[in-house]
Amino acid sequence: MKDFLFVFRANGIPDASPDEMQAMTKRWMDWIGGIAAQNKLGDRGNRLFPSGKVVKPGNIITDGPYSDIKESIGGYSIVKANSLEEAAELAKGCPGLTTGGSVEVREILAM
Amino acid sequence: MKQTELIPHLFRTEYRKIVSVLYKLFGIEHIEIAEDIVSDTFLSASELWGLKGLPENPTAWLYTVAKNKTKDYLKHHSIFTQKISKEIKYAAPTFHEIEIDLSTKNINDSQLAMIFAVCNPCNPAEVQIGLALNLLCGFGAVEIANAFLTNKEVIYKRLQRGKEKLRSAKIKIEQPGLHEIDERLPAVLLTLYLLFNEGYYSSNQDVSLRKDLCLEAMRLTYLLIENDHTNKPAVNALFSLMCFHSSRFEARINEDGDNILYEDQDTNLWNKELVERGEYYLNLSSKGDELSKYHLEAAIAYWHTHKEDTGQKWENILQLYNQLLLIEYSPIAALNRTFALAKANGKMEAIAEAEKLNLTGNHLYYTLLGNLYTDVDNEKALQHYQKASTLTSSHADKTTIEKNMKRVRAMAAL
Repeated sequence: MKDFLFVFRANGIPDASPDEMQAMTKRWMDWIGGIAAQNKLGDRGNRLFPSGKVVKPGNIITDGPYSDIKESIGGYSIVKANSLEEAAELAKGCPGLTTGGSVEVREILAM
Repeated sequence: MKQTELIPHLFRTEYRKIVSVLYKLFGIEHIEIAEDIVSDTFLSASELWGLKGLPENPTAWLYTVAKNKTKDYLKHHSIFTQKISKEIKYAAPTFHEIEIDLSTKNINDSQLAMIFAVCNPCNPAEVQIGLALNLLCGFGAVEIANAFLTNKEVIYKRLQRGKEKLRSAKIKIEQPGLHEIDERLPAVLLTLYLLFNEGYYSSNQDVSLRKDLCLEAMRLTYLLIENDHTNKPAVNALFSLMCFHSSRFEARINEDGDNILYEDQDTNLWNKELVERGEYYLNLSSKGDELSKYHLEAAIAYWHTHKEDTGQKWENILQLYNQLLLIEYSPIAALNRTFALAKANGKMEAIAEAEKLNLTGNHLYYTLLGNLYTDVDNEKALQHYQKASTLTSSHADKTTIEKNMKRVRAMAAL
């Protein structure tokens, strides 16, 4: 089994009611729990705060990263799979996809 | 209590106390001497009490006799006295003055020291469990062999190997320091958890033996609760889990030692006092920010004390299993999680998830699929149950599967 990074991107910050947020949390937990139940979760990872800064050449620091990238990174997880295709298959059920987000799947090259 | 019941009772409660004090006194090199002295004390009790009647205070009698036998031993074994008693921590100028401290405090300290010594990860888990039963609970090789459904030679060798390892690793029987408690408590809890499970999930038909194993695990866990330094949230959570599980002991096994399925259990047989104790310790376990697998399993067991099938119950159980799997994968957690998923989110979603579990060697996997397909596709349900039956050699499992198949056939006929 190899490790793959899931990078979750959200399309803007969702404007959800507490009930909708709770329902979304459940769907995320059910999805990640399903991957764990297959013994394919490497690390549940973390969520990221929406605000951040981007440092560019010439010591230019901007608030970001929204100016450049339409979708902001909301979090990451690490899964275990035999191939990139299998890892991508696991990403299909991600609840973020239903609200316009995406999952980038990348094989981790251990240092 | 009649004398015939009193001695086995005292053996269960006092053996571990006296023997732990002596283990600590003699050290790991000489645990057999401690065992012999305490066994001999109980032998004297059964001989003398039968002839002369019960002493006024049987426990105090045992302590006094054990002390005297220890002193006699030291007196009559000059080689031991010369070579070994120098090393004894409490060695006095002459062996007559060696103090054998059977105060409550020293008993508790000694038992704690012994639990940490026995549950040392220098031995594999099955050896640790055997040693805990043998050294701390006074179980003989035959009893342990019966509990593990194996023969006594296997257990005898396992115990010898374990004791030898403790000696060669020079494991000290001493009060663990605070840092050591933090570091080693998880290994100790795991052994006690496995010991409990050995009794609770065993396919052994000997119900009273299974109960004994569970009780021993609970007694040892309670000892950790009684000690301020080891009274940690995870310990409370583990004890809570044991209380919830054992509350169903009477309801889940029939007279023949066969398991009764949860949905068929008579809730009147659930022990309410143990449920309440489970709730009490579950509350205590919520102190601090630690969330161990024992917390999650205790919380799941808590929800199972509500027999009624409500959406809230299964949603909670599902989320607890999700979290449990994030901490630690196990096939049984994966299967139970999928069952909860069916109850909370519906069978179709659960079937799709079950197909991905990749547990095709496990009869419980096919039992789950049989359950999920019941009412959805009864033909498939029967096929899965059939497959489950061929994968298990346990008579109890086959009986349970047969019961399930009967239900499906009855339903299909309607």
